[in-house]
Amino acid sequence: MFSEYTTAELVSIFAMQGFAGLILFSVFVLMALGLAIIFGQMGVINMAHGEFMILGAYVTYLISNLFSEYMPALFSIYFFIAMIAAFFTAGALGAFVEWAMIRHLYKRPLDTLLATWGLSLIMQQLYRTVFGAREVGVSLPDWLMGSIPMTDTIDIPINGLFVMGLTIVISISVYLLMFKSRWGGQVRAVVQNRPMAGAVGINTEKSDRMTFALGCAIAGVAGSAFTMIGSTGPTAGQLYIVDTFLVVVFGGAQSLLGTIASAFTISQAQSTMEFFLSGSMAKVLTLLVVVGILMLRPQGLFALKIRH
Amino acid sequence: MSKTTLRAFMPRQDLISFVVLAVVIFIVMPLCTDIFRLNLIGKYLTYAFVAVGLVLCWGYGGILSLGQGVFFGLGGYCMAMFLKLEASTPEATKIQSTPGIPDFMDWNQLTELPWFWEPFHSLPFTLVAVLVVPTIFAYIIGVAMFKRRVGGVYFAIITQAVASILTILIIGQQGYTGGVNGITDLRTLLGWDIRTDSAKYVLYFVNGILLFACLLFAQFVRKSKLGRILLAMREREDRVRFSGYDVSNFKTFVFCMGAAFSAIGGAMFTLQVGFMSPSFVGIVPSIELVIFCAVGGRMSIIGAVYGTLLINWAKTTFSESFPELWLFAMGALFIGVVMAFPSGLAGLYQTHAKPWVDKALSKLLSQRESTNSNSPVTAD
Repeated sequence: MFSEYTTAELVSIFAMQGFAGLILFSVFVLMALGLAIIFGQMGVINMAHGEFMILGAYVTYLISNLFSEYMPALFSIYFFIAMIAAFFTAGALGAFVEWAMIRHLYKRPLDTLLATWGLSLIMQQLYRTVFGAREVGVSLPDWLMGSIPMTDTIDIPINGLFVMGLTIVISISVYLLMFKSRWGGQVRAVVQNRPMAGAVGINTEKSDRMTFALGCAIAGVAGSAFTMIGSTGPTAGQLYIVDTFLVVVFGGAQSLLGTIASAFTISQAQSTMEFFLSGSMAKVLTLLVVVGILMLRPQGLFALKIRH
Repeated sequence: MSKTTLRAFMPRQDLISFVVLAVVIFIVMPLCTDIFRLNLIGKYLTYAFVAVGLVLCWGYGGILSLGQGVFFGLGGYCMAMFLKLEASTPEATKIQSTPGIPDFMDWNQLTELPWFWEPFHSLPFTLVAVLVVPTIFAYIIGVAMFKRRVGGVYFAIITQAVASILTILIIGQQGYTGGVNGITDLRTLLGWDIRTDSAKYVLYFVNGILLFACLLFAQFVRKSKLGRILLAMREREDRVRFSGYDVSNFKTFVFCMGAAFSAIGGAMFTLQVGFMSPSFVGIVPSIELVIFCAVGGRMSIIGAVYGTLLINWAKTTFSESFPELWLFAMGALFIGVVMAFPSGLAGLYQTHAKPWVDKALSKLLSQRESTNSNSPVTAD
């Protein structure tokens, strides 16, 4: 299969597919980070996670329209405002959902799956009613368009670079928040031993709510970043949810590093294979390998060694 | 079977609900509806096979499979392949560039029948395949997962991934599977036209009888020692394991049984509806099947049948007139059932209707017994 390409062509194919894989990787990481916090730390299966992401995308779409309509002078920086808005909108909705629904179901993790699936149906239909069934795209400011030519055959798109940079910033902030801050310590304490954490004076209910809200908020930012590389439709979230869950489980649910490593492996495998096989077969093969490895190593690649 | 074991297998309450369901399915439905509606109900009942399997897997065994659509689809596809081959005789397909192969293969430039289609020329093979293929598939998944003590949430996610893999595969391999459209235009079963009204009546009753066979088998499992072990396992798996039971075998068995039930449902679906497509395999239909089971009551096999009928009937009537509202209603139903009625319709019946029914029943029975005691006693 390689014989029909020259070496130089192969190099650029791998470089370009590798870069496409890196963008996919960034989206996976952004989605999976939120999910890893909610699922890994709290044990709640949030099937509506994709819809929280789409919420962020629609917020970005609204804000971009707002700016191009009323403040065209500031259009070049709207994206930062949109991301902050997406973060807080999705986070606020997440806090509400936790209060209304999730907190009653902590003892029944499988039931959170069904309830949040119901939530995702409602949110999808809401998007369809408000924004229409057609996909919407966001117009990017000038500085995000175009690409940097590396060689004759390799171009690096700037929006891809931006998404990747964003992913790095958010991953590091989440790491600092979860493992270096006082609040992160409290969250991890609650997860490991709820009654004991409560006994030493941690407000476990508040900690749960904030954790869930943070996971959703990161999904919102992921959606905001997603608008730069694809268009947004009411059911786009559903396309990603299984992949994202696999990423989290594959990496080991409680390990953030594992999440990033598995997102990298899966996205690179998929995008490299996509060039040589049809897209669907690449996806099938990737998923099969992941499921196969999970059968051998059910706890994921980076399992925390703790007693249950 | 002696009378006491029969009573242990089928207590009076259960017997009554079985009889009521039989009356509803075999007498009330055929008398009250035209053949179009009856065919639709038959279609709903094929989902009930899956829901009954889920009651045992999920309600009793505590393992939630989000990939039951896979088994439903595999059973359905096996049946559809046989019917499709029968419909693609060289005479019927003579306008194709290669006559004698299914039309979608011809559209996808295939010139000969793939090897795995060959055995589906035979009906006995197909009938065996309908049961065996999904069961083996379930067995592989079950052994791989349960031997390594993967359960709960992880099992749900992996079965979901399996459903997504199979859907992508079916859609991607158009030449072998018919792609998004699935296998359509099925006409006859051994020369018997399945599209006529009389055939639809026959298929409806066959479907009903098979459903009852599955229900009886499920009842047997529930009331046997196996059912009690499943319940014990759901509550405290480690204790059952420490008592010397190989937990994974029981789980694999109940998962395979659910798969076999689903496959029968899938095959009957193909026969009654006349096509099979990937839209019954993926994640969304699989989760909907779980909600049928949840609405009926995850601990009640009879409830699962009513739940399936109710939701599908509501879906059909509702979505015809308010397609938008239906999705809202469906979402609300998911949330409502999980949060407010975890034991579904069967639970509502238990708490609200059952005391009333019990009272009426005991009145009826005591009357009968008193009349019996008045009659001359015969030695028995």
